[in-house]
Amino acid sequence: MTERNVRKSNRRVTGWLSLWVVGMFGFGYALVPLYSVFCEITGLNGKSATLSEVSAAPLTIDKSRTVTVEFTVNVNGIPWRVDQPKTVRLNVHPGEATTVIYEAHSLVDAMTTGQAVPSVTPAKAARHFRKTECFCFTRQELVGGESKLMPVTFVVDPKLPAEVKTITLSYEVYPANDNLTNNS
Amino acid sequence: MTTAVADHHHDEVPKGITRWLFTTNHKDIGTLYLWFSFIMFLVGGAMALVIRAELFMPGLQVVNPHFYNQMVTVHALVMIFGAVMPGFVGFANWMLPMMVGAPDMALPRMNNWSFWLLPFATTLLIASLFVPGGGPAAGWTIYPPLSIQGGMGVDLTIFTIHILGMSSILGAINIIATILNMRAPGMTLMKMPLFVWTWVITAFLLIAAMPVLAGAVTMLLTDRHFGTAFFSAAGGGDPVMFQHIFWFFGHPEVYILILPAFGIISQVIPTFARKPLFGYSSMVFATAAIAFLSFIVWAHHMYTVGMPLSGELFFMYSTMLIAIPTGVKVFNWVATMWRGSMTFETPMLYAIATVALFTVGGLTGLMMAITPADFQYHDTYFIVAHFHYVIFCGSVLAMFSGVYYWLPKWTGHMYDETLGKVHFWLTVISFNITFFPQHFLGFAGMPRRIPDYSLQFAEFNMVSSIGGFILGFSQLILLWVVIKSIRGGKKATAEVWDNPEGLEWTVPSPAPYHTFATAPEVR
Repeated sequence: MTERNVRKSNRRVTGWLSLWVVGMFGFGYALVPLYSVFCEITGLNGKSATLSEVSAAPLTIDKSRTVTVEFTVNVNGIPWRVDQPKTVRLNVHPGEATTVIYEAHSLVDAMTTGQAVPSVTPAKAARHFRKTECFCFTRQELVGGESKLMPVTFVVDPKLPAEVKTITLSYEVYPANDNLTNNS
Repeated sequence: MTTAVADHHHDEVPKGITRWLFTTNHKDIGTLYLWFSFIMFLVGGAMALVIRAELFMPGLQVVNPHFYNQMVTVHALVMIFGAVMPGFVGFANWMLPMMVGAPDMALPRMNNWSFWLLPFATTLLIASLFVPGGGPAAGWTIYPPLSIQGGMGVDLTIFTIHILGMSSILGAINIIATILNMRAPGMTLMKMPLFVWTWVITAFLLIAAMPVLAGAVTMLLTDRHFGTAFFSAAGGGDPVMFQHIFWFFGHPEVYILILPAFGIISQVIPTFARKPLFGYSSMVFATAAIAFLSFIVWAHHMYTVGMPLSGELFFMYSTMLIAIPTGVKVFNWVATMWRGSMTFETPMLYAIATVALFTVGGLTGLMMAITPADFQYHDTYFIVAHFHYVIFCGSVLAMFSGVYYWLPKWTGHMYDETLGKVHFWLTVISFNITFFPQHFLGFAGMPRRIPDYSLQFAEFNMVSSIGGFILGFSQLILLWVVIKSIRGGKKATAEVWDNPEGLEWTVPSPAPYHTFATAPEVR
C-alpha cells in the first residue's frame, strides 16, 4: 500500500472502531432496561411490584392448600420506626385476599417522606404474589411525631408452584427526598 | 497523522526529557509503558506486602480494618490496570511493528497520548488513599451499596477508571489499525506471529469490554451525586444489576490479561524447543474461541446472588466449555516441546513455568465453574489462590519470559543468565509457598477481604506471608538484571538466540531507532 492509502485506511479503521466504542458504552446503559424487563418476566430479584394488579378474572380460592406468608420490614436512613404487622406469620389460602397493617412512627419533629421498596422471597414466588393495595405504591409522608397505619392487601396466585410453602414479604423503607443517595 | 514515518532515514535519537514527553516512536513509547508497568508492579507489590504483614498473625497488628480494605482494593486495581495491562501494551508497542515489518504504529501521536494518560490516572488512584475517608475499600469490583456509600476516594477511583479505560481503548484502536494496515507485503494474516494474533484479538476484547465498565462506573457516579437510582436500592435501583454489568466487562477483562501472555510464550517455546509451533492455526482459532466465550460466561462470578437454576446451568456449561480451547493451547505448547532439542535459558524456564502453573489455575477455575461446588468456594481464599495462579503465573510470568527473551534485542546486551535463573527459581518457589496454602485456607472456609481470621488458619497464613515477602523482594533482582543489561554486558547478535523465527531478529541488536523504513519482503 502506498503511504496515502495507508493513512486513509488508518482513518477508516479508527472511525469504525470509535463508533464501536461509543456503541458499547451505550450498550452498557441499554443493559439497565433489558435487565429490568428480564427480571419482570422471570420474577427474579423478588421484583413483583409492577405485576401486582389483579387480573380481570377474579381468582378462585384454593381451600385445599395453605401457604405461610411472613412479614418483615427494615428502615434505612430515615428517622422512622416501622412496626411489622401484629401477626408476623399468617396462613392463607391461595386466591384469597388478605390485608395486613404495618405501622410507621416518625421519631423527629420535622416532616419526612419515605418510600418502601418491597421484595418477595423465594424468587420463584415473586410473580405469583400480587399486591392489590400497598403503601409501597406511593411515597408516604409523616408530619413530626405522627404515627400512621399502612395497609397492604395481597393475593397469592393459585398458580404458585406446589413446592413453595412459605413466602416472605420484606420491605426496606428509605428517605424519599430528591437526592436520595448523596451521603455527604 | 503519520508524519513520523515520512522522511526520517537518519538514526538521530532526540535528547533529554522532551524525547520522552513528545515521542511518537513506538520503541520509546514501549519502553515508557514497560517502565511504568514495572513501577506499578512494585507499588502494587508493596501493598500486597502490607496485606501479608497484617495476615502474618491472627488479630489486628499492622493496619486498621478500613485501611486493610483499601489496600486490598487498590492493590488489585494497580496490578490489573497499572501493571499487567500497560505491561502488555508495552510489549505490543515494542514488538508489533517489528514483528509485522512496519516502520511504526499506525497512529503515533495517539500512541503518545494513550501512554501519558496513565501516570495521571494512577496518581489519582494513589491520591485517593490520602483524601478524607480514604481510598476505595469495596474491593476492586466496587460493588454497590458499599461503593455508593464510600467517601470521595471512590469518586477519584471512578475517574481513574475512566482515564485508564480511555488509554487502553486508544491503545487498542492503534494496535488494530497497525495490524490491519501496516503489515509488510506478503505478511498474510495466517503468517502473523502468534503474539500479533493474540494482541489483535485482545484489542477487540478491549474495545468491546472497557466502554461497558466506563458506563457502569458512570452510573455509579450519577447514583452517588446526581440522584439517579441505577444501583441504589433506596430509589428502586438494583445492586445486583451492577454485578451483571461489571462482570460483563470483568470476564473479557480476564482474557485481556491472559491472551497476550499466551502470545508471548507461543513465541518463546518454539525458539528454545528449536521446532516450529505445533498447531499454529488451531492456536489462532482457540484464541478466537476463548475471546468469544468470554462474553457469555460472566455470571459464573456471581452464582450466589440468587439466579434461577436454568441460568446457573447455562453459565456452568458455557464456562466449562472454555476449558476446551484452553486445553488445545496447552496441548500445542507441550507438543511443541515434545522431542525438541530443548535448552533451558531463563525465558524458556519462565515459559514452561507459565504453562505448568497456569494449568493449575485453570484447573481450580474448572472446579469453581461447577455451580454447587462454587457455593462453598465463593469469596474464600480458594478464589484468591485461583486468580493469583492465573494472573501471576499466567500473565506476569509470561511477561518475565518476554522480558528476558527480548531484552538483548532492546538493550543490545545479553542479560546475566545466572541472575536470571536465581530470579526465576526464587520467584517460582516463593510464589508457590505464598499461594498454594491459600487453596487449603479457602477449603477450610477462610473468607477473603477480611483482616483477621480464626486461630485454625494461623499456620498456613504465616507460611503464606513468609513466601509473600520472599516473592516481593525477589523482584528487585529483575530490576538489577535489566539495569545491568542496559549498562553493558556481552554484545548480543542480531539473532540473539539459536535461529529464532520472526522479523524482529533480522534487525541488529539493539534495534535501531527506526526499523523497516522500507518494508521487508515476507515469503
